[in-house]
Amino acid sequence: MRGNAPDKGGRLRRYEAHSRFLIFVALLTALLAGCGKRETPVEAGIRTQTLHLVRGSEPQELDPHVVTGQTEHGIIRSLLEGLVIPAAKGTAVAPGVAERWDISPDATVYTFHLRTNAKWSNGDPVTAQDFLNSYKRALIPSMAYQYAYMLYAVTNAEAYNTNGITDFNQVGFKALDEHTFQVTLNSPTPYLLFLMCHTSWFPVHLPTIAKYGDPYQRGSRWTRPGRFVGNGPFVLDEWKVNYRIVVKKSTTYWDAEHVRLNAIVFHAIENQDTEERAFAAGQLNITLQLAAGKIDTYKRLHPEVYHNDAFLGDYFYRINCTKPPLNDKRVRLALAIAIDRESLVKNVTRADQIAAYTFTPPNTAGYTARAHIPTNLDLARKLLADAGFPGGKGLPPIEILYNTYEDHQRIAEAIQQMWKNNLGVDARLNNQEWKVYLDSTEKMDYQIARAGWIGDYPDPSTFLEMMTTGSGNNETGWSSPEYDELIRQAAHTIDPAARFEVFQKAEQILMDEVPLIPIYTYTHPYLMTTSVKGWYPTFNDDHSYNFVYLEAPTNAPAEH
Amino acid sequence: MFRFVAKRFLEMIPVLFIIATMTFFMAKLAPGGPFSSDKKIPAEIQNQLEAHYGLDKPLFIQYLDYLAHLVKGDLGPSFKYEGRSVNELIGAAFPVSLQLGCYALAIALLIGLTAGIIASSRPNSLTDYAPMSLAMVGICIPTFVMGPLLLLIFGIGLNMFNVSGWDTLRDKVLPSVTLGLYYAAYVARLTRGGMLEILNQDFIRTARAKGASSKRVLFKHALKGGLLPVISYLGPAAAGLITGSFVIETIFDIPGLGRFFITSFFNRDYTLVLGATLFYALFVLLFNLFVDVLQVLMNPKLRFE
Amino acid sequence: MAVIGGIVFLLLMTLSFLAPVISHFTHYNYEDQNLDLYAQAPSAKHWFGTDTLGRDVLTRLLYGGSVSMAVGLVATAVSLTVGVLYGAISGFIGGNLDRAMMRFVDILFSMPLIIFVILLMVFFGRHFVLLFVAIGAVEWLTMARIVRGQVVSLKEQEFIEAARALGLRKRRIILRHLIPNTLGPVIVYATLTVPSVMLLEATLSFLGLGVQPPMSSWGLMINEGAKYMQEAPWLLIFPGLALALTLFSLNFLGDGLRDALDVRSSKD
Repeated sequence: MRGNAPDKGGRLRRYEAHSRFLIFVALLTALLAGCGKRETPVEAGIRTQTLHLVRGSEPQELDPHVVTGQTEHGIIRSLLEGLVIPAAKGTAVAPGVAERWDISPDATVYTFHLRTNAKWSNGDPVTAQDFLNSYKRALIPSMAYQYAYMLYAVTNAEAYNTNGITDFNQVGFKALDEHTFQVTLNSPTPYLLFLMCHTSWFPVHLPTIAKYGDPYQRGSRWTRPGRFVGNGPFVLDEWKVNYRIVVKKSTTYWDAEHVRLNAIVFHAIENQDTEERAFAAGQLNITLQLAAGKIDTYKRLHPEVYHNDAFLGDYFYRINCTKPPLNDKRVRLALAIAIDRESLVKNVTRADQIAAYTFTPPNTAGYTARAHIPTNLDLARKLLADAGFPGGKGLPPIEILYNTYEDHQRIAEAIQQMWKNNLGVDARLNNQEWKVYLDSTEKMDYQIARAGWIGDYPDPSTFLEMMTTGSGNNETGWSSPEYDELIRQAAHTIDPAARFEVFQKAEQILMDEVPLIPIYTYTHPYLMTTSVKGWYPTFNDDHSYNFVYLEAPTNAPAEH
Repeated sequence: MFRFVAKRFLEMIPVLFIIATMTFFMAKLAPGGPFSSDKKIPAEIQNQLEAHYGLDKPLFIQYLDYLAHLVKGDLGPSFKYEGRSVNELIGAAFPVSLQLGCYALAIALLIGLTAGIIASSRPNSLTDYAPMSLAMVGICIPTFVMGPLLLLIFGIGLNMFNVSGWDTLRDKVLPSVTLGLYYAAYVARLTRGGMLEILNQDFIRTARAKGASSKRVLFKHALKGGLLPVISYLGPAAAGLITGSFVIETIFDIPGLGRFFITSFFNRDYTLVLGATLFYALFVLLFNLFVDVLQVLMNPKLRFE
Repeated sequence: MAVIGGIVFLLLMTLSFLAPVISHFTHYNYEDQNLDLYAQAPSAKHWFGTDTLGRDVLTRLLYGGSVSMAVGLVATAVSLTVGVLYGAISGFIGGNLDRAMMRFVDILFSMPLIIFVILLMVFFGRHFVLLFVAIGAVEWLTMARIVRGQVVSLKEQEFIEAARALGLRKRRIILRHLIPNTLGPVIVYATLTVPSVMLLEATLSFLGLGVQPPMSSWGLMINEGAKYMQEAPWLLIFPGLALALTLFSLNFLGDGLRDALDVRSSKD
């Protein structure tokens, strides 16, 4: 008798527990269901003219003379304005602080006439002296600015930066008066105006920096919201570390009446999938990237938001030319030929990249190289046999080094297969974490290494100069005095056509000797809502925010 | 008890010291440095940079410098995020991780304990298998699958939540649930296991035979003892929860400490790596102490040693 | 139920380790790419579809299974042995040795696993065996703590007092009396460790530090599948199911073992 009582209690207890659990679940569901559809940030943004985008993960800093990345540049672009800015559309430059400029007949002296109504966000006028001080700050050795080399086209800039001279007055910058600024160059530099769109050429408000520390030392904290003084179309409003940066329209900007956006929110998202989800959920207007695997889906289902802009950059393999068997250029050329680039871009990377048979991307400022890696597989096999490795026999496995990243891995795996099938050559894959990979390539501790190079400005020299002897970015051990001489010659050739011809010769040498194997030219796939207007493809994804605005999408067919 | 606690606090100091030392040298030994990039800079500039951060001094001097600052509580400037000190970065990120961790812990305990208790009330029956299997979902599905799955359904599909961000209370639901479910499974299993251990003991039989109701037996006797393995487990787990989960923070775009942990190492941001590691270590030690104290308090047979 | 669990697990394990044999018959290798067959849905030719490099998913699933199982079992075995011995000795001896040993555990515990794994990978290259070492080297810590906690509470119980009174040597007490009585939670935790290890490997893959291609593992496959959840769900479903089945069966097995090995309940 007694024994039953606990049982009954037990069953009762079970029911209690069950019912409590069910009530809990029911409440939860009701709570969640009660929260219905909401206005997405993108929808709200159209109303308030707020743009939401991703330029990368948390920026290192917002001081133009300290940062090195595209992410930082994309944000600083809204806060500071240089002498010139990227034009609204196309690959030209538009007047920025400088309303017009004169170029001397020998193309080495540029005189900029600054507009008189350009102001800093604290009301101070923008003067030529500001630019002079800013360039001093960019070049002064104590700042150890890693992009100072962008100013080396200017007379004595390099010498000043590397402690050769100590008097800044000898550098080719002059403030002729309050609104006239003159730049003197070492040699004609046709791409100077594009160079000037880079962060390294932005002005800073030195009195503000001086308030918070030594203006010629790193680590000053002048870039915080409330402290940052800039001359750009927007001012810094909020900065939540590792989360987002909000900039609001500047009332002191000289062209404020034509700036239509009220605010820009830069979200710090690094992961591609997180970013794509945020876009799909209506939280972003523009993404920075799009994973290759998702391109097909978007092309098929949402072509109106899919964009793929040309991008001035190369994906290639560096070859360590100092050790056998890769010191034999026949082996290198054979390997270069045996890659089916069309299949790679079609099946592996799938982002409409352009297969590259030469180093400088086609149509760089009008220059298209004539040099071309052959595609004849028989030639490749013959070359390999001539080098002493017929059918790949006797060739030890070649190691392909790449930094940890899904696409690099897939490309390397595909190429590994291609070399095996086409040449009988074995390859081993070695992936290293980014910093280790950088270390290895710098120390030449590799055989073949995956590499990428983004052009700093639209001109073949930004690619070809990389491979000169002694260039820190060469890293292959390859050296050709003939090549070096051609590059030097090009720097001093004024006539653009003649200059390009010199580059053509240099490019031919590069493709004959193959210290690097070009694979494809970058493209830049990303997503953008149809409500964004005034955002056009540029060579390096640098956009002037003055021209951008948001408009509710109509039902008209999308223009592409 | 206070002597015990005080003694443990004192012991923490050499432990933290050892951890700082180990981490310092481990991080420095890894190839590559904070300023390497794929666009090379002239040697003079490289030297300037390194001099500015004291990287040109001998390793041991750097180490002593670091310790000197550490004693004052100064974790140094970040190498990657110029103009920000490590104290500042951790100070901004920690509260976020703390919040996320607390919510997740609450969910884990709520679901886990409930499931475990229900299951242990009727072992090897449907009452046992059903909640256990449900709890299993947390272990079976990794967070980097569960997260995107929930986001797909509730965020994009039903448009009930933002898929990223950490602003409103609503934003915090999905990440907390995702993280919490993972731990709930463990809590459930350990609770059930621990309670069954106790329930099978003689003194329980005695109590039952004496006529104590199942409910009383369950809660008064079994629960206390059954919670022991859960507490042992939760000690270090809570430290991990509080200091952030890299996966969750990446998927949901949460500005927490977990992300800093990983990215700081990949950036070779030595000071941030050290700061985050020490911070994490401090919490692990504190939680371990807490757990040990709890264990003794809950088990009258134990004494502080 | 436990028996079913055990059988399922053994079945999965056998299938996985037979992967080379099966692939010999199907003529698919885990690394054969067919770039034209990008992410195909399951079909007659490819029962589980293909992945984004045109590789047969079923083959990769089987090979990956053997890898994942190996990682799970070996790392767990390591953690079990080291952890149990360590925890038992520490808990039983007590005093300063116990404190020192546990402080050592604390120190190791306080090191974020990730940094340790990254460092290993960085120093010694991406070798598969390192994965066992790195994971095993961290999992034993929790085991040690749990065992020590159990031992410390068991230590005071009568049957241990009796053993001591009988004059049994410490080693015998630890091995023959203490450890068997801790087996309950230990077994439960061990069966939880295997899947936890497998998940850890998957998380490492999330960071790019796990098993390296062209080798496959369930963790690697689940990671890729999670990315293409909407476009190619089979890439996630199959490895996900495989892992889930393994976990479920292991857990039921563990429960059964726990009931069987519960020494105390047979002590009537």
